[in-house]
Amino acid sequence: MVRVDGRSDGNSLIQIRGLDKTYRRGGEEIHVLQGLNLDVDQGEFVAFMGPSGSGKTTLLNLLGGLDVPSHGSIKVAGDQITSMSGNKLTQWRARHVGFIFQMYNLIPVLTAFQNVELPLLLTNLSKPERRKHVETALTVVGLSDRMDHYPRQLSGGQEQRVAIARAIVADPTFLLCDEPTGDLDRKSADEILGILTQLSREHSKTILMVTHDPLAAERAKAVLHLNKGVLVEGVATAAGSFA
Amino acid sequence: MKYGNLIFSNLFRKKTRLLLTVGSFAVALFLFGLLAVVRGSFNQGLEIAGVDRLVVVNRGSIIQPLPLSYKERLLRIPGVKLVTHDNWFGGVYQDERNFIPQFVIDPENQRQMFPEFTVPDDQWQAFLKDRTGAIAGAQTAKRFGWKIGDRIPIRGTISPGAWEFNLVGIYHGTRPEDDETQFWFQWPYFEERVPERIKGLVGWYYVRIDSPDHSAAIAKTIDQEFANSPYETRTQTEKEFAAGWVKQMGNVQFLILTIGSVVFFTLLLVTGNTMAIAVRERTAELAVLKAVGFSDRFVLFLVLGESLIMAIIGGALGLFLAKLFTLGGDPTHGMLPYFYLPMPAMVAGLAVALVVGAISGLIPAIGAMRLRVVDALRRV
Repeated sequence: MVRVDGRSDGNSLIQIRGLDKTYRRGGEEIHVLQGLNLDVDQGEFVAFMGPSGSGKTTLLNLLGGLDVPSHGSIKVAGDQITSMSGNKLTQWRARHVGFIFQMYNLIPVLTAFQNVELPLLLTNLSKPERRKHVETALTVVGLSDRMDHYPRQLSGGQEQRVAIARAIVADPTFLLCDEPTGDLDRKSADEILGILTQLSREHSKTILMVTHDPLAAERAKAVLHLNKGVLVEGVATAAGSFA
Repeated sequence: MKYGNLIFSNLFRKKTRLLLTVGSFAVALFLFGLLAVVRGSFNQGLEIAGVDRLVVVNRGSIIQPLPLSYKERLLRIPGVKLVTHDNWFGGVYQDERNFIPQFVIDPENQRQMFPEFTVPDDQWQAFLKDRTGAIAGAQTAKRFGWKIGDRIPIRGTISPGAWEFNLVGIYHGTRPEDDETQFWFQWPYFEERVPERIKGLVGWYYVRIDSPDHSAAIAKTIDQEFANSPYETRTQTEKEFAAGWVKQMGNVQFLILTIGSVVFFTLLLVTGNTMAIAVRERTAELAVLKAVGFSDRFVLFLVLGESLIMAIIGGALGLFLAKLFTLGGDPTHGMLPYFYLPMPAMVAGLAVALVVGAISGLIPAIGAMRLRVVDALRRV
């Protein structure tokens, strides 16, 4: 279930209350997010849509602990992340968040395997255990035969699949996807969306995705529209529920 | 090593740049090595000077002689254990460019006075038996391809005429920094051939004393002993004597320090610029590392580590090449007799390389550490 009215039973995986984000630019205050409330349950697949500058990516950054809000609170799996220090937030991110970016952001000098292994370097897993996890993640995204390829040897769609494998390899609490298909052709985009849908349905991964693409949004269980920092509309898709 | 892939993959990202940066370190440290050798060569006399040896020279200047008769008088001074004398013999072997420091020695006490120079017993005995015998340092023998039994012709300059010596021995230093370029021959042969007016005159005396603690008092006594005579003396410890020579060469230390500082400052700018570019061009990657949970401190050490690895590899390479170069011996053939790169200088060189590596990597590393993920990804 996804709710935007701020009235939930308190058991949501993600709970946002009164979230404000204000930037100052040239003496002028820009309110990017204003009094946002949101509850997302475990296993939900939520798409955020809205015009450029509506605050979608800012919301994602705040949810991922990459930025701090001006006001309000974000609670994820019981952790109040808005009150965490920088170091604590970094550790929290390593445990709970998987990021998927529009431009894939793979490290070009590392192979697909090494890129996917990166988040596991922060764990206490042994080398064979890390290998096993990486192989599983790459198998999930259908790239088990491309482990030793460098990003330059992969297509855009394959690069994004490696990025998804990197995001899921440490089994994070939720995935944050910022325009994951924005740089891909339709076919590759459909493949990526297929993988995200599969992760949501078969592995009960909680996914929050920012997109401009209505076809991508259709894959989500709920679509939320942002405009000028305010959640203006929420729609449940065929697969989801919304209140 | 868990993070080995990450560190080394980044390091080898731009091979040409890596090669040039490591090369800059190598060239700078090679130069450092050579400067250390030159500095050492000027100062080595100070370092290896015997602590219980005094040098007695003419108060006027070293080129003015002292009477041979002083030997017995020196021996009578309390605290003096051994006395020997030397003369400078400015001869030319084949060509004037073939500089060899030649000394007329007192065969009686040479070995006891300078135990750091070793001559095999049979060769020393042959030297004592042969009035025209000579002993050469191992480096000089190697330089000219001399073998025992060779006849060595020297054209005298201070003591003119053609001099011929039988090479009966080759001496070696017991320490790597010992001077193995000298050429020794006997006082009786010299004395016999020099003009009447300089007979019975030696260049300087070496005096071994009972304890280094008494050096100042004994030196004073010696100089008092010969005060108000036609040949007044100036007595110094061997270290002071060597320091006097170094001083005559000018402020070599300052010159070397200046050159070294300029080289390392330039290296700092070059490496700093390289690291700044390296960090700038992978801003997004560093941001991603932070996003997936790598700490700011990790990113700091990642960048710093790259800089330090380049410094260590380049520095070690430069010092290794400098060491190899010095193994070939003094290229000036005698002007730098202690042509040797000692281990402390190599360690100091590596430390300097590490400091330069750390400083040049520090600013970009701090920049990377402070990088905000949100800003960095927005820039991409």
